Amino acid sequence: MTAGRTPSTVGGRGAYLAVTIVALLFAIATSFALNFPALSGRVVDQANIIQPATRSAIEEKLAELEAKSGIQIAVATVGSLEGQDIEPYANELFRNWKLGEKTKNNGVLLLIAPNERRVRIEVGYGLEGTLTDALSKVIIANAITPRFKAGDFSGGISRGVDDIITVLTTDSSEWEKRPSLRLDNQQTTDPASWLLLAAFIVLVSLLIASPTFRWLFLNTVLNILVSSGGSSGGGYSGGFSGGGGFSGGGGSSGGGGASGSW
Amino acid sequence: MTVSFAQFRNIAIAVFMGLTIAGCGYNTIPTLEEQAKAKWGDVQNNYQRRADLIPNLVATVQGYAKQEREVLTAVIEARAKATQIKVDVSQLTDPEKVKQFQDAQNQLSGALGRLIAVSENYPDLKSNQNFLALQSQLEGTENRIAVARRDYIEAVRLYNTELRTFPGILWANTFFRGNKPMAEFTASANADKPPQVKF
Repeated sequence: MTAGRTPSTVGGRGAYLAVTIVALLFAIATSFALNFPALSGRVVDQANIIQPATRSAIEEKLAELEAKSGIQIAVATVGSLEGQDIEPYANELFRNWKLGEKTKNNGVLLLIAPNERRVRIEVGYGLEGTLTDALSKVIIANAITPRFKAGDFSGGISRGVDDIITVLTTDSSEWEKRPSLRLDNQQTTDPASWLLLAAFIVLVSLLIASPTFRWLFLNTVLNILVSSGGSSGGGYSGGFSGGGGFSGGGGSSGGGGASGSW
Repeated sequence: MTVSFAQFRNIAIAVFMGLTIAGCGYNTIPTLEEQAKAKWGDVQNNYQRRADLIPNLVATVQGYAKQEREVLTAVIEARAKATQIKVDVSQLTDPEKVKQFQDAQNQLSGALGRLIAVSENYPDLKSNQNFLALQSQLEGTENRIAVARRDYIEAVRLYNTELRTFPGILWANTFFRGNKPMAEFTASANADKPPQVKF
């Protein structure tokens, strides 16, 4: 590498500055989104209302359900809905966590907001026919809110989860043995990927051939890495059954389910 | 003509930057257009779903509150009007058509809201299982409508923005001269709040 050589050929300083600014702006923009809790596991108890023993029991049941059928249920308690109604909040949180498999959209979110005294079951597109709005309402009204009114959050949540699992597993069409390794089904052979390949080849040959370009490229990459290190790291798609972390499978929800309050 | 390595490098960098910035731009406009049309399909489906719930709802209420003839008739008429107006995906660039559709649906929302409010006066009706199930279905459908509308508005925003900003505007003025911006929903006073079904 030749030291002290300025990248004058590409208007180097200008390009470098532009890319840095863009990377910084991107990092700032992502931080304006609602502050969703990270998907740290199947039960995210931000409001701290679930007893530890109940929590482990629920997590076990949910892991078992996912292993058997691919359905991803998550339970979340939040300290605040940040001024939103629970319906849009639940929908956005569901989409942020990407519950359920991407092709099947078989995710369910049970969201409890104890400070606003609201609870919602948000159902993914794929399960709306089984866990219908009416059934969700029944579960909330019979299993969850009566116990919440009595102050028994752990019991209400546990019973609610049991009822949801019962509804979903009674219909045999939800029982499909999922493969032990979840493969990403994205097969793109369209022109865009060929162009990307060509661009990549150009990039690599430039990196090999030109020290100037190497300098420019490395600085850009470092800047993007540094400024994006601070923003949220939640929700990378694709995950594995059994052991270790839990992450969303890329699914989405269209607003199905029901809400309740106590 | 021989191209020196430095020249080749400059051209290659320019091409690379151009491609990555433009994101292989030719595909972007049709893709965004199709996405917006698909979201519109979702919106119409959900409005239709609501319309489908109404006959059952009217029949149930009539069983307990026959004398509320005015409110019931209003709902039936509003529903008939709303189901008549359909917006084909090719008409999405016509703001008048979309407004007509939206107005008809808003009228139906209003009539439904009045029907629900009137039902509060009939305790037997309120505890009827069928009515309760219909209530939750109606709530769910209103929520789905809200979500579908938000998705559509976002898709239209992306599409309209692509048509107007660089580099999309280059493609828009050359290959896609026939593409006009799509109409958005005009926000009415109660647009985002579905009829509240609380007891």
